[in-house]
Amino acid sequence: MTINNVWVFAQGSNATVSSFTAELLTKARSLTDNVSAFVAGDGAALAESLGKFGAKKVYSTGDLGGRLAGVAAASAMAALISGGDKPDLILFPQNYDGRDTIARLSVKLGVTVLTNSVDIAVVGSEVVATTPIFGGNVLFATAFTGAGPHLASFRPKSFAAQESGGGAAEVAAVAVPDAGATGAAKVTAVHVEETSGPKLDEANVVVAGGRGLGESQNFAMVEELSKLLHGAPGASRAIVDAGWVPYSYQVGQTGKVVKPSVYIAAGISGATQHMVGMKGSKNIIAINKDKEAPIFAVADLGIVGDVHKVLPKLIEALKSRG
Amino acid sequence: MGRLGGLILHHRGAAVTMKVMKIVVCVKQIPDPAAPGSLDPSTHALKRDGKLILDDSDAYGVEMALQLVTAAGGGEVSIVSMAPNGETSGMRTALAMGAVRGVLVSDPALAGSDALTTARVLAAAVQKIGMPDLVIAATESTDGYTGTVPAQMAEVLGLPSVTFAKKVKVEGGVLKIDRQTEDGYDEVECPLPALVSVTAGVVEPRYPSFKGIMDAKKKEVITVTASDLGITPVGWSGAGQKVSSVTQAEARQAGQVIEDDGEAFNKIVAFLETLKVI
Repeated sequence: MTINNVWVFAQGSNATVSSFTAELLTKARSLTDNVSAFVAGDGAALAESLGKFGAKKVYSTGDLGGRLAGVAAASAMAALISGGDKPDLILFPQNYDGRDTIARLSVKLGVTVLTNSVDIAVVGSEVVATTPIFGGNVLFATAFTGAGPHLASFRPKSFAAQESGGGAAEVAAVAVPDAGATGAAKVTAVHVEETSGPKLDEANVVVAGGRGLGESQNFAMVEELSKLLHGAPGASRAIVDAGWVPYSYQVGQTGKVVKPSVYIAAGISGATQHMVGMKGSKNIIAINKDKEAPIFAVADLGIVGDVHKVLPKLIEALKSRG
Repeated sequence: MGRLGGLILHHRGAAVTMKVMKIVVCVKQIPDPAAPGSLDPSTHALKRDGKLILDDSDAYGVEMALQLVTAAGGGEVSIVSMAPNGETSGMRTALAMGAVRGVLVSDPALAGSDALTTARVLAAAVQKIGMPDLVIAATESTDGYTGTVPAQMAEVLGLPSVTFAKKVKVEGGVLKIDRQTEDGYDEVECPLPALVSVTAGVVEPRYPSFKGIMDAKKKEVITVTASDLGITPVGWSGAGQKVSSVTQAEARQAGQVIEDDGEAFNKIVAFLETLKVI
């Protein structure tokens, strides 16, 4: 089939689209000129920024008044589609609200979802999405077989964002239908966790710690090193599950995908789950006492050694440079 | 108020009203994640023919359910799962932790099912037990990680859902949840019945006791097929997708690996210098 109309589930704040949204809009533009954004919130505030990345139109629900985005957005999208405004393909970010929305919408439309994708293309008569599996060693391409709209979600940083030079997107206000019992959850308070350094998935340097650190207090070395390098601290799933650091630190299949210039893995063995989230880093430095650890297979510089000895010396050396 | 039933207990002569909380936890039995995964060469489905274990991610949901029932002062936790090959060893782990019964949907026809079909099947299994006050799932499985099944189930069941919960409690029949967001977390309130997906680490899962493991062997596990539940078509024929190609990704080349002689940190400093990070 040909793709003539693509929607992107778009997000942003302070009149600026998120980098994730910019990536998806750039990809959408490569498939068709007819790209629209859907914003579960104040889409008008983002119209200019969305237009810069090629959205011609933005569907805007306006303020959700505490309703969760997933149910509200899926209800509004389903209403547009049943009313005849039907895209061939909708691209979603693989994040909290993106996942809720694609899931709810798939049931409302009775169509499949392809998630965790890193690419999408029209191949012959089929729309095919690609997903890396087994830690990214194998690329699995899946074709949609049913009727559209096709629903696909993508990992962050799958595409390089490029501006199109377009003007502000035309704003189309959309109503959010009453979702009944399914819409009963309400946000009563919003908490923003202050981080002093750069965001984990945007940092130029990421220093991540794993179980090899031995105990939770040793994560302080990871934080100190990341600060010295103006980077962000990250973690393997093992130590997030153990409660040493919050989930927001997690790098991997079930956490964040990072592609920094430098990734330093300290005491991380390199489970498949973790590798998915960091293999795209430009340069990888690994410190682990087990020379058989899988992390060394992807490291540009591997140190077989004890993190408790290497990290303090590294920190001292960096400090002495001033 | 949802379906919280009232139960009057006489405690030291005084009448105390207690809530009875019924919870269903969806679990997945997966191949040991420590073993390398492989694909069936003919169908390209993930091989799941060996011994299956309880997905680690699901232990948190089971533990959360057991704690909520204890906090409510009564109730019970049931388990639902879906597996093409009749395997129950992973479910037994959940029963050993304290769940009272399990429903396994097992049917060779389920192989190749997409997430939407999986959600429809699990939702039907939940309804077979009887609509609970709360359905709990992990945010995603460790092996397939589509990550949409919990919210899809909620939509099929007509329930509100709060996904990515990192803190869950029930107060006055209302769920109070801290939900993970990109920048922190939201406090969310939701009436029952509802569905919640919990992140790993939300609670500390208990280890099954010896008695729990012995008791679990006697607990009821009902096995049904997808067609028993009235869900057809399932498997490859019900999935709105098909495998197009499977290719090896370009492998990343390993670089230099050295043993630390006490001075290896200098190598890191030098490497960071060449990268102009410092």
